[in-house]
Amino acid sequence: MTAALRFDPIRLPEKCEQLRKEVRAFLAEEIAAGTFDPYAPNREDNDAPEFSRRVGAKGWLGMTWPKKYGGQERSFLERYVVTEEMRVANAPTRRFFVADRQSGPVLLKYAPEHIKMDILPRICRGEVCFAIGMSEPNSGSDLFAAKTRATKTDGGYLINGTKIWTSSAHIADYMIAIFRTSPPTKENRRHGLTQFLVKMKQPGIQVNPIGQITGQFEFNEVVFTDYFVPDDHVLGEVDGAWKQATSELAYERSGPERFLETYYVLTELVRAVGKNPDTRSAEGIGRLVAQVHTMRRMSVSVAGMLQAGKEPVVEASIVKDIGTVWEQQLPHRVRDLAAFVEETATNRETLEKQLDFAIKTAPKLTIQGGTTEVLRGIIARGLGLR
Amino acid sequence: MAESENIVAETAEKIFADLADAQTINHDKQGAWKAPLWQALTEAGLPLSWVPDDLGGSGASLAEGFSVLNVAGRHAIAVPLAETMLAGWLLTQAKIASPEGEMTVLPASPKDRVTLNAGSSLSGRARGVPFAKDAKHFAVLATGKDGISIALVDAAKCRIESSTGLGGDHNDTVTLDEVQPVTTKPAPKGFDQTTLMLMGGVVRSLQIAGALEAMLDISVRYSNERVAFEKKISKFQAVQHNLARLAGESAAALAAATSAADTIANAKSLDNDAVFLEAAAAKIRCSEAAEKGSGIAHQVHGAIGFTNEHILHRYSLRALAWRDDFGSESYWAVELGKLVAERGADELWPLVASR
Repeated sequence: MTAALRFDPIRLPEKCEQLRKEVRAFLAEEIAAGTFDPYAPNREDNDAPEFSRRVGAKGWLGMTWPKKYGGQERSFLERYVVTEEMRVANAPTRRFFVADRQSGPVLLKYAPEHIKMDILPRICRGEVCFAIGMSEPNSGSDLFAAKTRATKTDGGYLINGTKIWTSSAHIADYMIAIFRTSPPTKENRRHGLTQFLVKMKQPGIQVNPIGQITGQFEFNEVVFTDYFVPDDHVLGEVDGAWKQATSELAYERSGPERFLETYYVLTELVRAVGKNPDTRSAEGIGRLVAQVHTMRRMSVSVAGMLQAGKEPVVEASIVKDIGTVWEQQLPHRVRDLAAFVEETATNRETLEKQLDFAIKTAPKLTIQGGTTEVLRGIIARGLGLR
Repeated sequence: MAESENIVAETAEKIFADLADAQTINHDKQGAWKAPLWQALTEAGLPLSWVPDDLGGSGASLAEGFSVLNVAGRHAIAVPLAETMLAGWLLTQAKIASPEGEMTVLPASPKDRVTLNAGSSLSGRARGVPFAKDAKHFAVLATGKDGISIALVDAAKCRIESSTGLGGDHNDTVTLDEVQPVTTKPAPKGFDQTTLMLMGGVVRSLQIAGALEAMLDISVRYSNERVAFEKKISKFQAVQHNLARLAGESAAALAAATSAADTIANAKSLDNDAVFLEAAAAKIRCSEAAEKGSGIAHQVHGAIGFTNEHILHRYSLRALAWRDDFGSESYWAVELGKLVAERGADELWPLVASR
């Protein structure tokens, strides 16, 4: 066979179910205390630093990391449960989500020990927020076209240039960014970029919010002017960021956040149609439930592969491709089915508001974190076509 | 996959590779390959995988049998292996011994009923029964005044109106007019026609997933051979993206089908929401994948894939045909939607997350 794609039926172990109960109980308390509204999907507007600290206090940030850095040394499958319960509840995870999923693991792998000891425990306590500095005005999917310069100077580098579409940069304490330290070579156009840890909220960095079509200001332009980064903030190999970027993408691309972003409209649709749906509603709901169940089984399967120490890059790309296309279409399918919901449905207004927001959100889902086109290119390479 | 599943699946794989090569079969219009294939499968104990030793079978586990069916799907096997396995499994539920030879099950659709009459005879009509004309016996699920029974019936005593299904295999209407069965026994508690349809649906889901794997395989191979506009068509981004989507549909089908099979293989009872969700979702998602996936496979192959001579149709048309057996995706979507609505909005996520 050409493509030996495996999606073994991994089940979450028993201890995950106890954890799930704890997470649900915690979220129910937070909802009761008014921290967030589970029916309001614009959770990204809710910067909730105190909530972040309480999640940290529960031991649910950096769960898989070594204890000496504040982690719990728990499994990826346990982290999976926390992530999916937070997502389905529309909990305000903006403060800690990027640090927990992506930035922490990069620091663990590439940062010097004293930086790990300084920052990782603070991530685990929910105290610090991270942003990712990848895209630039003329470099999006084509990551290796990045031009923002890091020029060598005494004891470090001077940064000049602009990052863009940087989520959470306006509240972030740190950014992990790639800057150009050398020009690309003829043999390797990916050469010359270096990964850096950047301390935000300093002179030399200007963050300009960018309004989105949802009405939110969630991403930003970040302008660097002679901003100094010390040598020990280089993460990994100088000029060799391209070697570091790919294997970690499996973590970023296969999680529950890659198909549950608009899930709330399905729940409200089920509420709106009531106990005795007509044939059309029943069929529509049945198909959507079958699809989300399948997505989740694929996603859990990839989590199981990660836990087993594998690097399922192609499988993870498949999960993100199918998952994001699904969550993008979901509000439109729910809208189709909601057209015949009784005027008297008690949650009609909630459903309409949610649909409005989800339909506005939908276009970004197949762009952020690797476009559909890039993902299909990766899958095609895995199939031996490129 | 456990080691024992691997061994059984490898045995099946070897038999199919030796005796059911798609190219050879496709050129043999007389069906001369069927008898040696069936004999080899029988000698390996595969048709009665799910029947314990004391009831005449080889006593393989459910998981081992499921792995054979996935392999059978990859070879688009055109003998009633899946049907005989399912029939043996059904008879075993009522502790009825399985006879030798080809079998199939009826009803094969959730809408049809066979009735157990007062005088212990059976009456009814079952449409779309796969391989009925090839079968020596039927395993029948019958509804009577006192509940559900399972019966072994001699095929020769039934009226069979034969027709050819979408995939080119027999797909027949079977009429029982006060037929006396060989044996009838009551079904176990909680076992009904829905149970049979769910199990049949999982069997078909695994076969569809296998056929999609094969379609992906031959489509990738073809795209790396075929040259157009002075380069291999696999180098065109449009073709690459189509094949990436086919890989996604194949992966989704495999994940849904193996998850449902794993659920049934480990279930204490088949009468619960978890089994229903997994099995119904597998049939729905695999059927959707069959449509999207076979469409892409044909698009990649162009005109040659539309010819009788090419093997693609062996997989594509069977995958599409298998959607209809034991309840179509539309049927199961309605049933799953009703269950979800009945449980209520706040129970949906707990149900999904329980798997």
